Amino acid sequence: MSEPRDRRLAWLGSRHDRVGVASTMADQAEVYEEQNVHEVYQQIAGHFSATRYKPWPIVEQFLQGLPAGSVGLDVGCGNGKNLQVNRDVFIVASDRSENLAKIAVQHQPHTTVVADILHLPHRDASFDFAVCIAVVHHMSTPARRVQAIAEILRTLKRGFAAQPGGRTLIYAWALEQKNSRRGWDKGDSQDLMVPWVRRAKPGSGDQDQTYHRYYHLYESGELERDIEQAGGVVLESGYEKDNWWAIATPKTGP
Amino acid sequence: MKVITANFVTCAVKECKTSPLSFPLHFHDAELELQELDFQPEFIRNVVPRIDWDSLRVTANELGFPSLPESKPEGEALGDEQTLKDLHRLLLETQVMEGKLSEGNKSTLTSRRSLLHFVLLYLVHILQAPSAEAPTKTPPMPSTTVYDA
Repeated sequence: MSEPRDRRLAWLGSRHDRVGVASTMADQAEVYEEQNVHEVYQQIAGHFSATRYKPWPIVEQFLQGLPAGSVGLDVGCGNGKNLQVNRDVFIVASDRSENLAKIAVQHQPHTTVVADILHLPHRDASFDFAVCIAVVHHMSTPARRVQAIAEILRTLKRGFAAQPGGRTLIYAWALEQKNSRRGWDKGDSQDLMVPWVRRAKPGSGDQDQTYHRYYHLYESGELERDIEQAGGVVLESGYEKDNWWAIATPKTGP
Repeated sequence: MKVITANFVTCAVKECKTSPLSFPLHFHDAELELQELDFQPEFIRNVVPRIDWDSLRVTANELGFPSLPESKPEGEALGDEQTLKDLHRLLLETQVMEGKLSEGNKSTLTSRRSLLHFVLLYLVHILQAPSAEAPTKTPPMPSTTVYDA
């Protein structure tokens, strides 16, 4: 890994770059994310992938606990590291970055497509499960974060009588992570541009390159609120590795 | 993309999804390639009950495969090794490398470039939508703080 792990990075008070006032216009948000999330992942795909290889414990547990033959989604699959966990289920993985999707496609027996979380190319109520790990925090307005979760819930089977509905596991970066390298905590700004630094090879004469990605850091309870607003029922939730997570299912009945 | 994928994707546009004609998507001028994968009989046995059989028959037919049985193999039929091997070959090992996709209610819907392994459906509608004209300057989006490395 070429990113420095040994020093705690501090806020630079002088760099509170205000990009502008928040807007509710959906297409502005779309263009914003295109520039500040999608383009960046396209650029850093290879390097990003090389540093992402181990599924997080709760993701692993969720995927391993699925009945054999379950069919589900991995929305925002990145390099596909979570596709290595269970070969007895079938996962239709997707990512908005074509370069990442190209890396993810190697994981058998699963399949990978390029898709946008707000417009998933799947039918309603047809999947047993969905994981969405570290994705919704890239949506730049509250409405779009709720819409993203609603779109995942739409694809899950509805529960009825004794038949439980499909379940989704969602992860988002936490504001409360004072022991992490970044050191953010309650009270800090929740909307950030976070750098990804690609170090130049020593002696190559090249310069380090820094890319900034937009993140919304979730505060305690916010993920659960977004899920409920999106029409989901939270079954379980918690905190792991600087992230909030929740397992949810679509609400049944009227 | 694997043939099985066609059984689990549709057009990404909401208005299209409400039409029964939007599934399955239809292949045209498909170029196929066989990519061998480990045969997992249990996987096929468990996944076949989740397959929309009528749609798979449509897809297989468009790709030029001899007709699949009219009804989905169930019970004992799924214990037959040859049936499972055939399904493994069709669903997982057959890759559509190039070609076009269309929806039943539209004449054109195609991949932006060759299909490769992906469905690039969202690009067709979303990036070509009139509202997607990119403004020339950075749009005024959320008030963010730059976290400096």
